[in-house]
Amino acid sequence: MSTGVLGTEKRGIRELGAEEKVGWDEVTRGVVLDSFEGDATDIVHKKAEERNYSDFNSYTATVASWRIIKPVYNRDICIDCQNCWVWCPDTSIISRDKQMLGIDYDHCKGCGVCVEVCPTNPKSLLMYSEATDNDEALAGWPQKEKKEKK
Amino acid sequence: MAITSIKNLKEFSTANDRFEGSHLLCPGCAHSMIVRELMNATDDNLVIASNTGCLEVSTAVYPYTSWDTSWIHIGFENAATAAACAESMFKARKRKGTLPNPDAPVKFVAFGGDGSTYDIGFQWLSGAMERGHDFTYICLDNENYANTGGQRSSATPVGAHTSTAQAGTHSYGKTQRKKDIVSIMAAHGAPYVAQLAPNKWKSMAKGFQKALETEGPCFINTVSACTTEWKFDPKDTINVTDLATDSLMFPIYEIINGHELNILYRPKNVIPVEDYLGAQGRYKHLFKPEYRHVIDMIQKEVDEKWELLQRREEARV
Ligand code: SF4
Ligand code: SF4
Repeated sequence: MSTGVLGTEKRGIRELGAEEKVGWDEVTRGVVLDSFEGDATDIVHKKAEERNYSDFNSYTATVASWRIIKPVYNRDICIDCQNCWVWCPDTSIISRDKQMLGIDYDHCKGCGVCVEVCPTNPKSLLMYSEATDNDEALAGWPQKEKKEKK
Repeated sequence: MAITSIKNLKEFSTANDRFEGSHLLCPGCAHSMIVRELMNATDDNLVIASNTGCLEVSTAVYPYTSWDTSWIHIGFENAATAAACAESMFKARKRKGTLPNPDAPVKFVAFGGDGSTYDIGFQWLSGAMERGHDFTYICLDNENYANTGGQRSSATPVGAHTSTAQAGTHSYGKTQRKKDIVSIMAAHGAPYVAQLAPNKWKSMAKGFQKALETEGPCFINTVSACTTEWKFDPKDTINVTDLATDSLMFPIYEIINGHELNILYRPKNVIPVEDYLGAQGRYKHLFKPEYRHVIDMIQKEVDEKWELLQRREEARV
């Protein structure tokens, strides 16, 4: 039985489409992009590599082409303070079990914030041109800067 | 509620991000720093509503979404409304016993920029605060309509150049004051209202956790430095935010139950506002001799506001 778009059987109930009748507390899904395949209830306890991302999740996309400069990470100097992790705007610092592991170059846009907030001397992250080979960058890493005595 | 440990950054960094990369916000955008931190501060399920603004248009560009939680995309004025409706529906269904998973902890959050919060969604925000929904509204305050070309909003401070309040031979940019949204929200008698900044990550995470834990409507204004419209190098987002909090242009404080004010950050060395203004292209013109008086005026107002906050904190009224 159709009651028309605005016809109501009972207050607050409105027909949406031919079959579905929903109340105010049952809203239809509308246009929904699922971020995951299958059950996503415990996602908060799963690390990225344990998750079943759907093709709609921007995690599966890349913005690497935005970059003209990139951060290079030097494990030898890093103190795992996690400054870079907390302030990276693009979820591109890979930290696991309190350790900084490296840069996610699929999602990094090369903003340089991580280098600015890195507290070590010399820095454990430095910006290089996108074309630079990471090993070469590491081989020529700057030495500790001496503070000038006043 | 399940909160993440924020004792120190190492502990905090074990949180599993629920805001994914390859969103389309500008490089160095503070919006995503703030959103990540909110989502990392809790283990609870989140239902988030975003209204029109940079965050909304950049994080759900078909066919992609950057949100690993329930997220509602809604029109310019309606972040508060959407979050409030979702919260009401949740409560009603819980009461009726029609929730498939009634014991799952859920928190309701709304994100809006300053355009939607201070201007276009102001009335709807006020309504949701007054009705007392159990949700947290977070304003990402970058002091302009950055998504549409940097027009002035009522959050734009005096002296800033914007595309609709231009600096030139006859104008020093915006001539009107920034609206004091924090006081307005506190005046609603909301249980928790705060102004926070991403450079002070710990006070921000604590504030977020407090707001999520508090029953009733909470409001947080966050300082979101905008590399594109404030005109600074993307790498300097945190540096500029440091200047903002240390010059007291953005004091960090909370107001509990509409009256109890606590200052959450006291800079060891307060720097002159000039240092903050000088780091951004949008204030460049103020350094010309004919507009120097505007800097003095801004400094005076910042000093007065700081004095007021300290006195209010002391008075506990
Ligand atoms: S350059 Fe920017 S986007 Fe890339 S890892 Fe560093 S902070 Fe993140
Ligand atoms: S900010 Fe620097 S020292 Fe700290 S974790 Fe990152 S790379 Fe390591």
